[in-house]
Amino acid sequence: MSSASTEAGAHAQRAPALLARELTRRFTPKDRPVVTALDAVSLAAYHGELTALVGPDGAGKTTLLRLAAGLIAPDGGSLAVLGVDVARDPQQVQDRISYMPQRFGLYEDLSVLENLELYADLHGVSAEQRAQRYPALFEMTALGPFRTRLAGQLSGGMKQKLGLACTLVRQPELLLLDEPTVGVDPLSRRELWEIVQHLVDDQGLTVLMSTAYLDEAERCSRSIVLYQGTVLTQGPPAEVAGGSAGACFLATPPPGQSARSVQAQLLDRPDVVDAVPDGGRVRVVTRGAHGEAAAQPLRGLSAEPVAARYEDGFMQLLQQRVSRERTQPLTIARPLSADSGQLAVRVQRLVKRFGAFVAVDHINFEVRRGEIFGVLGPNGAGKTTTFRMLCGLLAPSGGELYVAGANVRTAPAAARQRLGYVAQKFSLYGPLTVLENLEFFASAYGLRGEAKRARIAWALQQFELGDRAAAVSAQLPGGYKQRLAMAAALLHEPEILFLDEPTSGTDPLARRVFWRRITGLAEQGVTIIITTHFMQEAEYCDHVAIMDGGRVLAQGSPAEIRRRGQSAATPDPRMEDAFIAIVEEARAAAGRDAQAVA
Amino acid sequence: MFESLFRIVALTRKELLAVLKDRRARLSLLIPPMVQALIFGYAATYDLNRVPYALLDEDQSAASRELVAGLDGSGTFQRVADLRSAAQIAPAIDSGRALLVMDIRQDFQRQLLAGQQPDVQLIADGRNSNTAGTAMGYVSGIIGNFNAQWRADHGQPAPPMQLIERAWFNPNLETRWYMIPGMIGTLTLIQCMMLTVMSVAREREEGTFDQLLVTPFRPHEIMVGKALPSMIVGTIQATGVLVIAQLWFRIPFAGHYWVLYAGLLLFLLAAVGMGLLLSSIAGTMQQAMLYSMLFIMPFSLLSGFTTPINSMPGGLQQFTLINPLRFAIDITRRVYLQGAGLNLLLPDLWPLALMAAITLTAATWVYRYRPQ
Amino acid sequence: MSAPTDMRHRKLHRLAALIRKETRQMVRDPSSLAMGVVLPLILILLFGFGLSLDVHDVPLAIVMQQPSSDAVGLSEAFRLSSYFQPRFMHALPAAEQLLVSGKVHGILYIPQDFSSRLAVGDAQVQLIVEGSDANSARIIESYVEGAVGTWSAQRAAEGLSGGAAVAGPVNVETRLWFNEADESRYFLVPGLLVLVMTLIGGLLTAMVMAREWERGTLEALFVTPVRSDEILLGKTLPYFMLALAGFVLCVLSAQFLFHVPLRGSLWVLFGASMLYTLVALGIGLLISSAVKNQLVASQLVALTTFMPALMLSGFLFDLRSMPLVVRLVTYVLPARYYVKLLQNVFLAGNVWSVIVPNTAVLALMATGLAFASRAVTRKRLL
Repeated sequence: MSSASTEAGAHAQRAPALLARELTRRFTPKDRPVVTALDAVSLAAYHGELTALVGPDGAGKTTLLRLAAGLIAPDGGSLAVLGVDVARDPQQVQDRISYMPQRFGLYEDLSVLENLELYADLHGVSAEQRAQRYPALFEMTALGPFRTRLAGQLSGGMKQKLGLACTLVRQPELLLLDEPTVGVDPLSRRELWEIVQHLVDDQGLTVLMSTAYLDEAERCSRSIVLYQGTVLTQGPPAEVAGGSAGACFLATPPPGQSARSVQAQLLDRPDVVDAVPDGGRVRVVTRGAHGEAAAQPLRGLSAEPVAARYEDGFMQLLQQRVSRERTQPLTIARPLSADSGQLAVRVQRLVKRFGAFVAVDHINFEVRRGEIFGVLGPNGAGKTTTFRMLCGLLAPSGGELYVAGANVRTAPAAARQRLGYVAQKFSLYGPLTVLENLEFFASAYGLRGEAKRARIAWALQQFELGDRAAAVSAQLPGGYKQRLAMAAALLHEPEILFLDEPTSGTDPLARRVFWRRITGLAEQGVTIIITTHFMQEAEYCDHVAIMDGGRVLAQGSPAEIRRRGQSAATPDPRMEDAFIAIVEEARAAAGRDAQAVA
Repeated sequence: MFESLFRIVALTRKELLAVLKDRRARLSLLIPPMVQALIFGYAATYDLNRVPYALLDEDQSAASRELVAGLDGSGTFQRVADLRSAAQIAPAIDSGRALLVMDIRQDFQRQLLAGQQPDVQLIADGRNSNTAGTAMGYVSGIIGNFNAQWRADHGQPAPPMQLIERAWFNPNLETRWYMIPGMIGTLTLIQCMMLTVMSVAREREEGTFDQLLVTPFRPHEIMVGKALPSMIVGTIQATGVLVIAQLWFRIPFAGHYWVLYAGLLLFLLAAVGMGLLLSSIAGTMQQAMLYSMLFIMPFSLLSGFTTPINSMPGGLQQFTLINPLRFAIDITRRVYLQGAGLNLLLPDLWPLALMAAITLTAATWVYRYRPQ
Repeated sequence: MSAPTDMRHRKLHRLAALIRKETRQMVRDPSSLAMGVVLPLILILLFGFGLSLDVHDVPLAIVMQQPSSDAVGLSEAFRLSSYFQPRFMHALPAAEQLLVSGKVHGILYIPQDFSSRLAVGDAQVQLIVEGSDANSARIIESYVEGAVGTWSAQRAAEGLSGGAAVAGPVNVETRLWFNEADESRYFLVPGLLVLVMTLIGGLLTAMVMAREWERGTLEALFVTPVRSDEILLGKTLPYFMLALAGFVLCVLSAQFLFHVPLRGSLWVLFGASMLYTLVALGIGLLISSAVKNQLVASQLVALTTFMPALMLSGFLFDLRSMPLVVRLVTYVLPARYYVKLLQNVFLAGNVWSVIVPNTAVLALMATGLAFASRAVTRKRLL
């Protein structure tokens, strides 16, 4: 059956694999107004192509994929997948497609091979087909050595790869992927991409994937930009990038000024669409038309025009829709002296063992007051373990740890009063409202009376939570949750703020706003320690440490780190290139050592 | 000190909000104990008011009819069949149609008149031997009345010795009076303990516990802040059951309310302490659920609620000493029915206090030193 | 191969895969094994030994104001009985103090003039029982009546005054069928089996299904050729086997530890129990498919299975004596029918007039639950 339909697919090269007409889906949350997730959307994805689905939070990406998989029913319009009306016969569609949800439900207590076997059995893959398919899958995912390992013990990136392998146990006629690379480190992300790209190019696989990484969308043959349940544009990615052609510049900060502060100034201008630090300079997209007018905002800076990228066009596209909320940088009541001589955090020979496993292996670093310190590393590098020790949640197995001048091991309560912590996962109380959460955490930090009222009013205003103060936290959209978590961690005006992957799964717009707030805080003397998987974001940091296998592989300013990625192939490396080079080099060295020992 | 108190109040408030915010959750904590009290209040009785019986009257005499009239007139016994031969006894019992068969032999009246002592045979369905025993006890009472009447009518002397029976605290020996006060503790234990165990396990699983631990809360403050809400919920549930006992079932309350509540608070403290200790050991909600079931079931069955503690073998009687419910049931029954004061309840109160002290200290200790 | 055979073949293949997966998970997760095997064993042992309605060693105060030979003779009858643990005293107020503080459960008061009035055939003995626990009190009363009766019968045989006709002229001769020795364990142990099977059956499936919803594993599973009835069956069968293993352990302990007779046939026992296990698993499946949340599912199972099975199944309390409304409630409970079945199979034998209708109701319930679970578990997320 499958061979016949692949043939059919090959014949009708431009026949849509997925075709939506006036597709509408609404949700009715409890005691809240109806949300229209998809509003009369018409779109198409074609056979043999890789189509990207991009858009900010709440655009309706997941809803569309779930509708296509027959997991929810539409409220209006029609959706044909592989020529079948999904609403009428979801089972037929489910028999022929594969779907990888955002959180792929691997059975964590089954091994890699057992997970794979389960899906092969359910798809009725024969023994011969398996003999052919498995080696290829193991080769592609590099999971071969781990086939007996329980899925729960894999790192985040490996889990995603296994999830993808499970959807590929047979050749589906359409593959739906919902943000397959969220929370995945750059190395694994690159590997995942290579797998998908390979399948599309060599085997003619049809893929529809949603993603928050705009560089991924750029590599697809077609992209669909969704915004609040409507389609902004669909077509080849180059069209999106073309929208900002002539308006993109790379500005060099004047001597004595950091790229970050120039970027912040630019971003606050109404005639600038977007500004991000990029390799020590600032990448700017302006609102103006081509030529002189476009460069207008950059007067006084040495700037050169550059080719537009997908991300630039995407920001341009969204700006036309969104009346840009000019995010004011955070102001705190009592700015701390940004005396950069003072140490905020000092870590010496820090070790953490879990049984025989060494999660953190003698690491050293220092963070000065008012600095933004970024910790980068692949999944399972020991970043979160280090964070938990810094916050006093985990007792170190060895080494010294000073946070805000106190030894965390001997004076944890005093140190805790001076730090704020935002965990990787939303970890405020879901059933409570925004206001109730803020009130609780204010009280927990000993605030009361007038001071408490003032701080809560500050938080609601600064994080633009006022209109949702009475909303139940669990039902907030992702962006709101993240802001609430930040607000709660800043109520007591901590000297040091720990942020564990705060931007994972958030859209490009929200990330800009987030970083504007963070850099503002740092300017007022708050020390920020942050982890992220977005390598461009490392550019916002004063110092960066790259971790892998529990050790710090490299430390320094973003420029210093980037320099380590320089090679003949990449004379002007981006942070991502440098990161991959450093980690791979260290891993190769470790491999050589292991071989030498053996 | 003041700071600490302030934080505890904040945590308690948050817990209560989180638990009671949702209307469904609020109802699921308040309604079940009261509905259960209502239904079980009727169900939980060893007293019988409908005993179906079959009669095999082989004598068919005036005397036998008089005896049977006593049974039929009692209101408790319903004659469901008149059997004609002994062979019909087995089917009547086997099918469960009759709980009892009364077999009056052929020369019943003749023997009576001759001053002899005829036997009446009672055959009972022993598949629930307790019910059968109670029913046979009722029949014996009715036959005793018949005997007294017969002796009086036929000029026979009263027996030389009489046993005069009196029951204190529950003159009519109604089991309902005993069961319903026992429910005050039993019905609160299940949800109260599960609420405690789950509240911590849930914070762990959802990651909110870390957020709590990075605030200046000290371990004992977290303990108290977690214990208080469950105790408040427990007290409300207990009050609900108490209200049903008094206003619906109209069981007279003999003691003082403050004594009852003092005992209940101590019980809830011990139960919540156990819950906290369990939750400090359990890693996931599934484990928490399993552990609490492992304790709640034996606690509620081996508490003296349905079967007397005195009937247990010695070793298990010792086991009940770690069961807070055992003491709570004793307290509620004795305050409720006997009006016992604090001095009489001391043997129940100090074990509860000890349990609360040990479990709460241990739980705090485990929280502080538990390897993550 | 023809198309329908091929379809059926694939269906079986998928089902086998799901069962294999579920079994692996079950074996690797100690908590479900603990719930299926260890929990029932612990419960049956604890309760089998612990639950009993038999009253023995009743602490009884015997207040004898004048130790006449008659009075001493009467009190001796209590000393020798295994039912009582008498405490001999001289003053009533002291004994009443003991009764109030719970140290004795009854007082037998033999007044000063007992001996002299016995001689004229007009003696009185008073029994005061602690009535709070009415059931025990009633049993104590009947034991005391028995002991006094035995004593006076003995005197009658010896031709002494005060003998004879305490109870006459009609004597009651009682026979307790199926449980001649009047052991409460005989009916409690089968009842416990019901309790245990109800709880573990419900808990096992309630937790595993809700867990799949919570962990998001179903979302990917749904978008495969698998059908929802296959998912349900794949869940039910492994836990069915696990629950049966727990059941076998319970039956073995009933037989060899508690010596409860098994008078009916083993086939009926297993047949009925398999049916009931399906019902219990079905309740768990239905609850968890409907609420999709481990916390709520576990609370619901605890509330809807354990206490009702204890209180309303006829295991302890006689159903016929409950008011009509409550009795109607009991008809909805599957435990009620299973209690009937087990008490018969263990104590009475193969009484078809009981077995057939009760089994039929259970079969009906199992079918109903299967359809309901099937209706609730659609391959839809919302």
